[in-house]
Parts: sequence; structure tokens; C-alpha cells
Amino acid sequence: MNLVTFSGPPSSGKTSVILKTIQAIKQRGLKVGVIKFDCLYTDDDVLYEKAGVPVKKGLSGALCPDHFFVSNIEEVVQWGVKNKLDILITESAGLCNRCSPYIKNIQAVCVIDNLSGMNTPKKIGPMLKAADIVVITKGDIVSQAEREVFSSRVSSVNAKAIVMHVNGLTGQGAYELGTIIEDCENQIDSVKGMELRFAMPSALCSYCLGEKRIGEQYQMGNVRKINMED
Amino acid sequence: MVTREILMQMKIDEILSKYPFVLTYFENNKLDISGSGKKTLMEYKKQFEDYELEEWAMDLSKLDEELILYMNQMLEFLGEEKEQGVDSLTILAGQDKSGNEETFGELKIEKSDIIAIVGPTGSGKSRLLADIEWTAQRDTPTKRGILINGEVPDKKWRFSSSNKLVAQLSQNMNFVIDLTVGEFIELHAKSRMVEREAEVVARIVEAANYLAGEKFNLETPVTSLSGGQSRALMIADTAILSTSPIVLIDEIENAGIDRKKALKLLVGEEKIVLIATHDPTLALMAKKRIVIKNGGISKIIETSENEKDVLSELEKMDSIIQNLRADLRGGNTVKGDFYNA
Repeated sequence: MNLVTFSGPPSSGKTSVILKTIQAIKQRGLKVGVIKFDCLYTDDDVLYEKAGVPVKKGLSGALCPDHFFVSNIEEVVQWGVKNKLDILITESAGLCNRCSPYIKNIQAVCVIDNLSGMNTPKKIGPMLKAADIVVITKGDIVSQAEREVFSSRVSSVNAKAIVMHVNGLTGQGAYELGTIIEDCENQIDSVKGMELRFAMPSALCSYCLGEKRIGEQYQMGNVRKINMED
Repeated sequence: MVTREILMQMKIDEILSKYPFVLTYFENNKLDISGSGKKTLMEYKKQFEDYELEEWAMDLSKLDEELILYMNQMLEFLGEEKEQGVDSLTILAGQDKSGNEETFGELKIEKSDIIAIVGPTGSGKSRLLADIEWTAQRDTPTKRGILINGEVPDKKWRFSSSNKLVAQLSQNMNFVIDLTVGEFIELHAKSRMVEREAEVVARIVEAANYLAGEKFNLETPVTSLSGGQSRALMIADTAILSTSPIVLIDEIENAGIDRKKALKLLVGEEKIVLIATHDPTLALMAKKRIVIKNGGISKIIETSENEKDVLSELEKMDSIIQNLRADLRGGNTVKGDFYNA
């Protein structure tokens, strides 16, 4: 089985891109399944089901969704193996722009959109910088110049990535993305012992543990202050 | 080519003076180099404590490797225009959605050619354009092949973000960025690393104003441009600043922009222009038109002399409408004998 991790900010178009890409891959007789990771709510699993794609969803609830991802990825892979998938795609939203679910030697795709602003490539951390393929969406609504500036900024933070434009509505570019995903020859049946490309942040303060009250006396653990001095 | 051995011995100031574009790399990667100019790249890397790296999610272990990759891409990109232009694009026949072979054999399009693409919605226009953009090698559903300058093209057209083969101008595009026209073009020029920015910016605004019905200037915010002005600016910017040798246009609405001048500007900059349109004036301005049916190219029609006569009639009608528009805009009344004016 071939494992591909898709990641990207909320509403960047991950699900649309994945659906269109699967459509293209399925034409070649391959079986593709999806695991959708999200935080509080998603009904994207219905969209996948409608498209006839085997799907499972995982809601992280009160936990950090990326930590939740790592704690579950091996079970997810076993589900894919059991279902005899040729390609297993994981989809997760990078919520704090800090984490990334990418695993060493496993294909990593980051989806970001042209509408998110020219400085977005600078703001997104390892999720963008450590990706193998960067898919840029919503190119049909912005000018050619904005598309060019945006993709050149993506390349300046991640020079080694393949940068592609995919239109999640019409599917333009999805066939091509499918080709690249399919060409990856790294077959796996477990991710045990593999490593993340980048460490997830340590965040353990009183608020992680359910504290609601505001004020210094309630802040414990890993706490940092803004420098307010002039 | 920049090699690791050379780069590692250079001080940051030396790197910046020899390769000014590297500054962008440091800025975009949030690497603060102020006060580090006298350090070599190696020394610069070593000054960060582990906790700092983790705090700001930096991975410097690959800094040299990635910087070298970036520099070589930029050098290749900057040297581009001199080395290799696209003189021609050839489409090799494939098949339609039902698997029937296309009969045109091959279609060679030279730079400065205008080719129209016609056919109902959903007939396969987008697929044709995608084949071109992806430089298809019999590996897409249409099984078409694409040649550049008569040869199987380099893979870089597929994967490099700075070497896109096709620039697209479509009907429903907008400027979403909140800048003035001058700042906006400057931003684009910076990303292309052009020399003499101010000159290029002025040239684009001049060209755009030549195309637009209503004038605008460097201080106009892009978000307050009219539809016609936006289209004019996008076309002028693409003609002059975009590296893509092929420009694909999805209709140009006939309002507030002189479409003939717009196409002339593009072909004057030696672009190959493909235009998906059912507007008779635009379609007949093309040298040939590709007819698409059921996912395949069903025929290629050369614009006949007779059609060219029709075109000049259409152009007269267009100019009457443009003049009426200008009259209304200027607060004038419309006279009854405008057709003979």
C-alpha cells in the first residue's frame, strides 16, 4: 500500500483536491481510501462516501489534532491494509500552522490557497516547508500576477517541493497530481518505527488541562509572555 | 552553479552582494541576518540554540542544501530568457472521450500566433489546455503529445514553479490583494527579480492605459479598478512581466477594453496566444480555430479571406459601440446617425 499524507490550513480545498485526484486515480483501476482527521466536526466523510471512497473519520475533540494524528496513524494504516487499498490518503487540517503530520519517506502534500494572502507562505511552518508537493488552489479567482507571486513565495520557503496548481472545482491539475502520487513506489504495510519529519511543539500549560480562569496565579507549566516593553 | 564548498566559505555579506536575491530567502524563511554579515553560513547556523530552533519551528540542518537548491533555481530562472525561448508548440493528435482517434495529425503553433478554441461547455477545452500545461506525453486521458520547439520537452515545464508554460487569464479573475497599482506591479516585478523595476512598472501601466477605456494611474488601488481596467492591467502585466511563453485567455468581455490592441500587445511580446471564445470578433482575429467535440479536436479551421472581411465589419460595429460608450460616459447625448459617423 502507498501512504500519502495531505495537510493544509482549514478551508484551503484539501477535500476537493483529494476527491478530484481520486477520481483520476480510480480510472486506472486502483483502490483508494481516505482517513479524515479533524477537530470538532466534519461531514466530509459523507462526500467521500458519496464518491464511493472507503472512508473513516477521526475527531480529536479536546486534543491537539496533530498529536491525535500521530497517536492513531499506525491503526489507520492497518485499516488500509485490511481493506486492501492500493493508496491510503490521510487528510488533516493544520490548525496552528506549527505542526505537520509528515512522516519521513512517506509522500507529503500541502494544500494552500491563493486567497489566503501573500504572506501565508511565510507564516506556515513545517507543514509547508517539509512537504514534497505543494498544491495551490483557488487560482481561478485571482489574477495571473498574484498566482505568480504566491507560487514564487512558496518556492522560496520550500525550494525542493513540486509546486502545482489544482482547481478543486473543475479538477484541472488533479489528473497530473494523481500521476505523481501513483508514481511513488514506496509500498508499506506499517509505519511502526518510522519518524515524523518535524517535532510537534511541546505545549503543556494549565489551559491545556482545562483551566478557565484568567490571571497569573492560574498559569502553570509552559507559559511564555509577550514582550510589552517599548 | 553554486556549490556547497564555495558557499560554505563565503561570508553572508559576500553572498548577498554577489547574489542579492538571497535576501528574499532569508526574509521569507524568517532568518534574521542583521549583524551576521561577517559570519560564514556555517558560523551563522551554529549560533542558534536548540530551544530557539524548536520554538520557531526552524530546521537548519538542511539550510545549506536548501539554500543551494534555491540559488541554483534562481540562477537558472534569471538566465532563462537568454538561453531558451519557446519558438513553437506542437500538439500531436490523440483521441476523444470515446476513444476515436483525432484526425488532425499534428498542429504546430508558432510564437506570436493567435489560435481560437471553440466548442460547447464541457466538450474538453480545459483538458486540451491542461494537456499543454502538463506537456502531455501520451500520459493523459486524451493520449495527446506536446512538443516544444519540435522536441520532447524538458520535465522542468511540469514541475518548476518559476517556469510555468502557460499563463491564464480568465473571465472571473479578480485582484484580491489590497495594494495600489504601482505597489502591485512592483511586487510582481520583485518576485521575478527584474532589473530596473520602476521602468517596467511604468511600461505596464502605460500599456494597460492604452488598452483601457478609462485611464488609471500608479496610485489607484487595484481593488477599485473597473472590470475593463482590471482586464487591461492583467493583460499588460502578463504580456510584459510573466515568463510563461503561452498565454491562455478564457473570453475577454467586450467592455472597457480594446481587445484588438490587447491581443496585439501579447503577440508583440512574442507570446503564443490561445483564446477560448465564442465571440465572433475574437475568434476571427485568430489565424486558426480549433473545434472541440466530445473531448477531442474534431477539426482545425483556418480563418478564410471571407471571414476576415466579416471581421472588419465586426470591428466597425465594435468601434461604434465603444464610441457610444465613451459618449454616454462623458455625459453626451447619442445622435441618431451614429452608424454612419
